[in-house]
Amino acid sequence: MKIVCNGKEKEVRDGLTIEELIVDLELNPDTVVAECNGAIVLRPDYPDRQLSEGSVLELIRFVGGG
Amino acid sequence: MLTIAGRTFKSRLLVGTGKFSSARVMKEALEASGSEMVTVALRRVDLDDPGDDIMSVLDRERYLFLPNTSGARDSAEAVRLARMARASGGGDWLKLEVTPDPRTLLPDPVETLRATEILVGEGFKVLPYINADPILALKLQDAGAAAVMPLGSPIGTNQGLLTRFQVEIIIEQARVPVIVDAGLGAPSHVAEAMEIGADAVLVNTALAVAADPVMMAKAFAMAVVAGRTAFEAGLAGSRSRPEASSPEMGLDFLN
Repeated sequence: MKIVCNGKEKEVRDGLTIEELIVDLELNPDTVVAECNGAIVLRPDYPDRQLSEGSVLELIRFVGGG
Repeated sequence: MLTIAGRTFKSRLLVGTGKFSSARVMKEALEASGSEMVTVALRRVDLDDPGDDIMSVLDRERYLFLPNTSGARDSAEAVRLARMARASGGGDWLKLEVTPDPRTLLPDPVETLRATEILVGEGFKVLPYINADPILALKLQDAGAAAVMPLGSPIGTNQGLLTRFQVEIIIEQARVPVIVDAGLGAPSHVAEAMEIGADAVLVNTALAVAADPVMMAKAFAMAVVAGRTAFEAGLAGSRSRPEASSPEMGLDFLN
């Protein structure tokens, strides 16, 4: 299925969870905040939250800033 | 001791984590600064080049995280970023920034007040970054801001305390801590802000782009202590006419 992740279309396997996607991207689920279709997904929900066709996902994290 | 929203800090120097040449240099500069509160920003992960995760080098036991809402152009964007910061474990503390004009990076007072009201209602400890406007500072503290952060000069300019006159009024009227933020480019600038009674200062660019950020962090830490100590000691004040510091009497033998 296709999702949009951080502004780019991405082909992923059906039923992929947010947790699995973050780990596949070699990112740390504990330091990445996910927003799916405009709503924040809380960290404890990552393992159960499945993406679906057309999901729009934003993966955000802290960077250096003043 | 500095107290903000019921939490006490030994250091009156807040440090921003942007623009450092490497995570290692940033970590060492933070340690040298003695700071206990650091700002961070929120950005989309670059999936093609994720780079270092800042959270892997920052010790959350040692530093209170003050996520900022940099990049927000209005109150709605700032609120969205604030909620993301909290969801990502950033805690309830927030440096609220609303800067609609990328050219000046000056904060929008109306949107900043609006966002403060919303976020205070959601339980955030809001530290709004503002132009040095005494009336706005009063309205923000009335709205529940935990501190106010007037700018010394525009972000990243290192021009020092160009807003001194207004900051003095803000300090005189404040019932919450006043943290001078932005534009403080040299230890003398932060010493000046502390001498006039600022509760704390926030610096980033001045350390991050110095030739030796770690040594510069030490210099700024000393300047903060020097300025604060001078404020508490009570400055002697200035006068327009000269006054000899040696006795005028006892010179008869020269005649």
